[in-house]
Amino acid sequence: MPIPIEWYLILSALLFIIGAVGMLTRRNLFIMFFSIELMMNAVNVNLVGFSRLHENFTGQGFVLFTMAVAAAEAAVGLAIVTALYRNRQTLMVDLFNRMKG
Amino acid sequence: MENYIWLIPTLPFAAFLITLFLGKWFIKDEAHWIPIFAFGASFVLSVIGLIQIAGHEEAVIVKLWPWFDVGSFQVPISLYFDQLSAVMCCVVTGVGTLIFIYSRGYMKGDTGYYRFFAYLSLFAFSMLMLVLADNYLLLYFGWEAVGLCSYYLIGFYYHKPSAAAAGKKAFLTNRVGDFGFGLGIMLIFVTIGTLSYTGVFHAVEAGEAGKTALLAISLLLFTGAMGKSAQFPLHVWLPDAMEGPTPVSALIHAATMVTAGVYMVARSAVIFASVPEALMVVGIIGTFTAIFAATIGIAQNDIKRVLAYSTVSQLGFMFMALGVGAWVAAIFHLVTHAFFKALLFLGSGSVIHALSGEQDMRKMGALRKKIPVTYWTFLMGALALSGIFPFAGFWSKDEILGMNWKGGGYVIWAIGLITAFITAFYTFRLVFMTFFGKSKMDPEVEKHVHESPKSMVIPLSVLAVLSVAAGIVIGFPPEEGFIHRYLEPVFGAADHILGAHHGAFGALDLVLMIVSVLVALSGIGLAYLFYVKKPEVLPALAGAKAGWLYRAVLNKWYVDEFYNMAIINPLIRGSQAVYRYFDSAIIDGLVNFVGKLWVFFGKMIRPFQTGRVQNYALVMFIGLFILITVIVL
Repeated sequence: MPIPIEWYLILSALLFIIGAVGMLTRRNLFIMFFSIELMMNAVNVNLVGFSRLHENFTGQGFVLFTMAVAAAEAAVGLAIVTALYRNRQTLMVDLFNRMKG
Repeated sequence: MENYIWLIPTLPFAAFLITLFLGKWFIKDEAHWIPIFAFGASFVLSVIGLIQIAGHEEAVIVKLWPWFDVGSFQVPISLYFDQLSAVMCCVVTGVGTLIFIYSRGYMKGDTGYYRFFAYLSLFAFSMLMLVLADNYLLLYFGWEAVGLCSYYLIGFYYHKPSAAAAGKKAFLTNRVGDFGFGLGIMLIFVTIGTLSYTGVFHAVEAGEAGKTALLAISLLLFTGAMGKSAQFPLHVWLPDAMEGPTPVSALIHAATMVTAGVYMVARSAVIFASVPEALMVVGIIGTFTAIFAATIGIAQNDIKRVLAYSTVSQLGFMFMALGVGAWVAAIFHLVTHAFFKALLFLGSGSVIHALSGEQDMRKMGALRKKIPVTYWTFLMGALALSGIFPFAGFWSKDEILGMNWKGGGYVIWAIGLITAFITAFYTFRLVFMTFFGKSKMDPEVEKHVHESPKSMVIPLSVLAVLSVAAGIVIGFPPEEGFIHRYLEPVFGAADHILGAHHGAFGALDLVLMIVSVLVALSGIGLAYLFYVKKPEVLPALAGAKAGWLYRAVLNKWYVDEFYNMAIINPLIRGSQAVYRYFDSAIIDGLVNFVGKLWVFFGKMIRPFQTGRVQNYALVMFIGLFILITVIVL
């Protein structure tokens, strides 16, 4: 018996909320970065779940693409974070407020 | 004829383009060849045209291509070749070629050598377009183009502040006249509906235009002529134009460009003849300018300035002739004047060349033996200008005076006669101060005095021959000479309107001639007395009894000062006031206010940009939340 779609959705929603809350509350750039990854994977779970429900592979194929792009994005993002740390010796986002109007 | 007329202006234009673009790097010191040959070829073509057009009743019109074609406003680029254009072309190209050759010697070694010839060629093209134009708009094109070239060439030594200022003055003064000229052309179109010569003249002859409109048109056109031909009160630019190189003074500011006004009025003879009031204005302005400029000429010490005022005065004579309807006499004087005034200017250039650039006559003297060719040719020009029998100037000037007498203008005739006396006086004052008496040169300069090179002497000699012979060849007998018969088809219509008829040469003419020669001779005699025989009399006289008069004449009747006081300074001060109170207060104030307004709004919105990533993210999530809520519910 297949797992009902609701379970997927609940898992996905939980993951997304955890990601969103982490993104908004934590001050460390790394953690915020991971939170964003978490939200993205919540979406992936959603896609896979519906792929199963409709019994076609479009959603799963899409997820593969998403993950490939996420890997590239992670590489670039981490590089930026590293560069930022080298410059400022900190990763507390509160201190990065040069764009204040 | 139709197949080569277009070449007359095109050849100098081609020479201009070639010299301008290749001159600086390739042609350099050989820049004179192309313009001289191009202009010489134009001269040959003009002479052929002059011969072929003789006797034609109608002008030859060469249509080249359409220029403006908007509704009923149609202006083609086409050339109008009749006897008057032919005479003008021959004078422009003939005198021009000689002056080009002369410039070879005079300008040698100048850093702007190629530039000089390029501008001169452009001038030649513009002047030929002016005289060959088939309609008033094309005439206006040539008119403005020669003004532009005049500006370039007056300011040729642009590193000299006085030359740059003189160029500006010439241009601005001409603008005043050209403004009136432009208005006149627009009024012609509004009144008659066409700008082509044939159309306009036929309409005027048929009486299709109202008298008031014609009066306005002719006065506006004459305003343009006053600017270009340096008539009072717009004469102030011409003497200052002498800052340019001497060949330029000879070609542009004596022989050709300044006569454009005379040409234009003569060309529009039908219009002017229809309104006698306008003709009267032309005559009065001309007469006044003639005597006014002549008096200034007496007291000038710069050799070129004397000649400049003499040019203004002689142009006044031409307008005097036009004013009485003596069109041919005006053109005749234009032709002879072109010869002898070009000769005088080139001769003065030769003197200046010999004296290493000295222009002040008080530092000359006794040059007769040192530069004999210049002296003899100059003397021919001076005799022609003074109107001594049988030199060229005598025939044309005497005809103008005679026509005025016969037209009943005894006052104008008398003023003309006085002017002739003054003319003879200042001309020979110049000759005596320069070539006779004791040498007052700097010893350093005196050592280097030399006769000019061949390229300068040959044009001088040719012009001297023309100054001696041209009058009697083309203008004898008076009023029935070659030029009168030749130009008859051009002015037939205008003469018909005026009802003029030419009487035969009679005893009256002979008496008038003898009177004018006697007057001229006494002028020369007086100059001889004051400047050779008893040079100590005049300074005492001028210093004691007529001191104020002498000062007024020396300062050119204070016209420049008056303009400064009445027009230029108020304009400058007014502009400054407008700048201070209107521009900086109101215009700048408004612009700054708009700027400040947005700065204010910006300041109000600024706090929203905290610069913290998480604040932005929070706003995004709230937005997303609201959006989803709205969609779902």
